[in-house]
Amino acid sequence: MRVEVDQPKCVASGQCVLMAPAVFDQDDDGIVLLLDERPTAEHHDDVREAAAVCPAAAIRLEQE
Amino acid sequence: MTEAQTEAQAGAAVGLPHHPSPRAAGCPFDPPPALHALQSDKPLAKVRIWDGSTPWLITGYDHLRSLLGDPRISSDATRPGYPHRTAGTKAGDQARRTFITMDDPDHARLRRMVTAPFAIKKMEALRPSIQKIVDDLIDEMLAGPKPVDLVEAFALPVPSLVICALLGVPYEDHDLFQRNTKVVVRRTSTPEQVLAALTTLTDYLDDLLAAKRAHPQDDLLSVLATERVATGEMTRREAAEMGVLLLGAGHETTANMIALGTLALLQHPDQLALIRDAEDPKTVAGAVEELLRYLNITHSGRRRVALEDIEIGGEVIRAGDGVVFANDIANRDPKAFPAPDQLDITRDARRHVAFGYGVHQCLGQPLARVELQVVYNTLYSRIPTLALATDVDHLEFKHDGFVYGVYELPVTW
Ligand code: HEM
Ligand code: SF4
Repeated sequence: MRVEVDQPKCVASGQCVLMAPAVFDQDDDGIVLLLDERPTAEHHDDVREAAAVCPAAAIRLEQE
Repeated sequence: MTEAQTEAQAGAAVGLPHHPSPRAAGCPFDPPPALHALQSDKPLAKVRIWDGSTPWLITGYDHLRSLLGDPRISSDATRPGYPHRTAGTKAGDQARRTFITMDDPDHARLRRMVTAPFAIKKMEALRPSIQKIVDDLIDEMLAGPKPVDLVEAFALPVPSLVICALLGVPYEDHDLFQRNTKVVVRRTSTPEQVLAALTTLTDYLDDLLAAKRAHPQDDLLSVLATERVATGEMTRREAAEMGVLLLGAGHETTANMIALGTLALLQHPDQLALIRDAEDPKTVAGAVEELLRYLNITHSGRRRVALEDIEIGGEVIRAGDGVVFANDIANRDPKAFPAPDQLDITRDARRHVAFGYGVHQCLGQPLARVELQVVYNTLYSRIPTLALATDVDHLEFKHDGFVYGVYELPVTW
């Protein structure tokens, strides 16, 4: 799985950090930071959930 | 609007269901039955509202998420067709512009000025001070007479103290901002009352911002005063209006979740016991999400207007049509949540839309989550015998509020 985040779209809801803290963080302004572009399988469910709840559709997933 | 248009509109409105509709007697936690019926028969329907206009009402979970995330749907309350809640909110929204009723890019620019303090890590750092506020208020309650009104003694002070500290508003002034916020969120307030309350609040914040600019402290209003107003990025009045939004949204909503959530749990003792006896913080965190879903206190719905024609679910929403999103019933959509009318704190409710959806999704949600987690985790274990001191039928619910809850919650132990 490959993860991409679109920072200009992010509205700093923090939901991704709650869902998958190993993969997402926030900068000083609350905007999403990607910690791991290719998370290991154990995080895939959490990452999918994060993408599903992101209110700004700022998280894109690519299966590979 | 011309007379002919008004008449045509009135004609078309005949036979359309009126929105909002009342809840069923004896079911204070459930959305109105009419919404249930619409959700299963016509999840995208036209309704008639107070001013005779006929916006769409969106009751299906999937439709709601897809439209609230659609840039062709506008939050701009000054556009024709925008479905105002009442004459009072119409006057208020047109007199005062904050980012909640603006579209991107203005919305994004302004919202980003205030996102920093709400980042998850900063909220976690606040947790001990929120815990202390909660513990101190419980100590006071236990030392005082009973029964006591939980709203006045606990539910309202907790989020008010927290948002005051975050913004840098003196808590001594709580009566002023709580009283005026109540006017703004009440369906029965006249335009004059809403405008007067907003002016009082904005003047109050304007004075505070002036003081912060002269003597900055470690709080959000000082940041706005020194980094945004002083640099000319925004006027002090604009910063004051933003402060009014944050102060109001920051206390009234969470207070209702505390009181109504407690009532719901007292009525569902098995669920209350699960929270009280929980050892894993994930149980309480899950309970917060489920209570947000189940109670969905922002029951007057999200309000929008279409910028372009939008085809969805076999219907066409025309450019200029008003759109009301019933997030309360969307959170009870059986397609999204199995057995939706059951309060089950063990379910995964995290996809609820109690904080809205799209770019306007609640800015304060990380704060609300921590506040509610601390409250639910502490109140029932510190007062295990907490009980309602009156009959549920005697409670007065906020049917006339834009935010649902109880006016008073007499409790004893
Ligand atoms: C349980 C408590 C809360 C609930 C249920 C709640 C609910 C909501 C909802 C439904 C919206 C979306 C509005 C829309 O789409 O039109 C919203 C927006 C907002 N909320 Fe909350 N809220 C809560 C707590 C808070 C707190 C503690 C704050 C703190 C300041 C806050 C500040 C805001 C702001 C500023 C917006 C506007 C966001 C924007 O337009 O970008 N809320 N809230
Ligand atoms: S969930 Fe989406 S909007 Fe929220 S912080 Fe993460 S990327 Fe940003």
